[in-house]
Amino acid sequence: MSTWLAALPWMVLAIAIPLLGALAAFVQPRRAQVIGLSFSFLTAGAAVGVVLDFITLGPQQHAVGGWGAPLGIDLVADGLSILMLGMSAVVGVAVSIYARAYFVPYPDKAPRFWPLWLFLWAALNALFQSADVFNLYVTLELMGLSAVALVALTGSGPALWGAMRYLLVSLLGSLAYLVGVALLYHAYGTVDLTLLAERADGGLQLAVPLGAMIAGLLLKTGLFPFHVWLPPAHGSARAPVSALLSGLVVKASFYLVLRLWFTFVPEGEGLPLLLGCLGAAAIFWGSIQALRQKRLKLLVAYSTVAQLGYLFIAFPLAGLEPQMAWSGSIYLALSHAFAKGAMFLAAGAIMTQGGHDEIDELDLVVDRMPLTLAAFALAGISLAGLPPSGGFVGKWLLLESAMAQGKGIWAAIIIVGGLLTATYVFRVLGFAFTRSEHHHERHEVPAAMEWTALLLALGAVLLGFVAPWALPLLDGVLP
Amino acid sequence: MSSALLYAGAGMGLLLVGVWALVLRAHLLRKVLAINVMGSGAFLLLVGAGAMGGGPVDPVPQAMVITGIVVSISATALALALVLRIAYATGKAALPEDRERDLMDREGR
Repeated sequence: MSTWLAALPWMVLAIAIPLLGALAAFVQPRRAQVIGLSFSFLTAGAAVGVVLDFITLGPQQHAVGGWGAPLGIDLVADGLSILMLGMSAVVGVAVSIYARAYFVPYPDKAPRFWPLWLFLWAALNALFQSADVFNLYVTLELMGLSAVALVALTGSGPALWGAMRYLLVSLLGSLAYLVGVALLYHAYGTVDLTLLAERADGGLQLAVPLGAMIAGLLLKTGLFPFHVWLPPAHGSARAPVSALLSGLVVKASFYLVLRLWFTFVPEGEGLPLLLGCLGAAAIFWGSIQALRQKRLKLLVAYSTVAQLGYLFIAFPLAGLEPQMAWSGSIYLALSHAFAKGAMFLAAGAIMTQGGHDEIDELDLVVDRMPLTLAAFALAGISLAGLPPSGGFVGKWLLLESAMAQGKGIWAAIIIVGGLLTATYVFRVLGFAFTRSEHHHERHEVPAAMEWTALLLALGAVLLGFVAPWALPLLDGVLP
Repeated sequence: MSSALLYAGAGMGLLLVGVWALVLRAHLLRKVLAINVMGSGAFLLLVGAGAMGGGPVDPVPQAMVITGIVVSISATALALALVLRIAYATGKAALPEDRERDLMDREGR
């Protein structure tokens, strides 16, 4: 039995199962909820299969259909890929369970949500395992299209505007990436990442395509100053969708930036410094905007802008201690996916309960939804980087690498950013403990919604404890 | 000047025209068209750059372009559906920040 299970091509299944589930949920709209939830569990199971294969056998490679690179499509699972796959599996299952309860009052939305979400999951899993730049382009587009459609699911004017803006930005970013692919192919005659790493020789013929690709990806990641599309899209989407967009989708384009960076290892100080400065600007701008927001979901969305900035602080720090800086950045990305996912789920539960998400009208929500508020607080602890959370490990690694190189300015930015994060988290918690003068309607919130948010937030905190086992997985991936 | 270079150059030109229209045009249909023009530019660049080496023409970029066209058609379909929904829901096929500008782009450049 176990040998039979071990022989299954988990890497392909992790892509094929959600695709199949999406089609099934689409043709059977009445049973979309059941089909969607069961295929979510199966997809997560396949991702666990890939992770176990990696742990027992090392990095995996699969030539799809027996056609190997350079002409065929190769799937590769290395340490970075499986961390991302695992992240998508955990956040994906939590969001799926939450969405099952969330969509019960909206019977017209559920048959649309499940196919799109499973398409999105298939695209994510394919993206994390692709090993050539063109296949990465296709997966990037698949992901973008399903993400945009998920935002438009809300159906109201502002959400449609958000979706349209997101679509235009996403397509512009993909086209910039595609131009980079065309120029890379022209220069080196291959799109395979391993072959490209061997053949790339630096100079202008590498710098131009790499610049175009990274610029396109930054646009899709929403790094300051390309973030303007992000808060309206993430803030106006349905709660499970916001959790997926902020938790997973922006990480996918960041993962791709890292993948390209690790493949080509660009020389020079200018670009890393620029990315670091944009990251720092994102931290400050995002946090200040988050503090100024009146609506809870927009606050959480601006917090995503700020936290994405942290991921790019690793670029200027990677000169002397690449291992430590990159591990910190990747670990921050993982814990942000958990924490931000939990935060959006909690915000969605609060919105379901009160029918609104005005921050200063939270009206003693702690009395009615202690679990949800605990989820929000735990997620906030991880975002602010307080020990023992996963966010603490990531920020600590970045801090240590900054101090070891005597780059105190970056350390200061990391610390001040953490303080700002704590400020806007406590602003929400403060209003949750005060009584409002206005009367608000109250609705029942399904326990599944509160518990999934809480467990996901606990996961973000527990990530801090599994760091000694998770970080060594990255050996051999980092430059 | 070789014909491949001509194709690649025309591709770059289309890309620039597309970006220009995407930024400056307010009507969403025009923005969608601009994205399509940009896509065609990128595909031309891909084919042209692939044929620049001389000798027999490389089929790989052409296969990539076919995949790219499929992606671009799906993106256009989604974009058009969104434009329609926006026009139904809000009465104007434009984003709020562009609404003051003349939708026919006569004055609003």
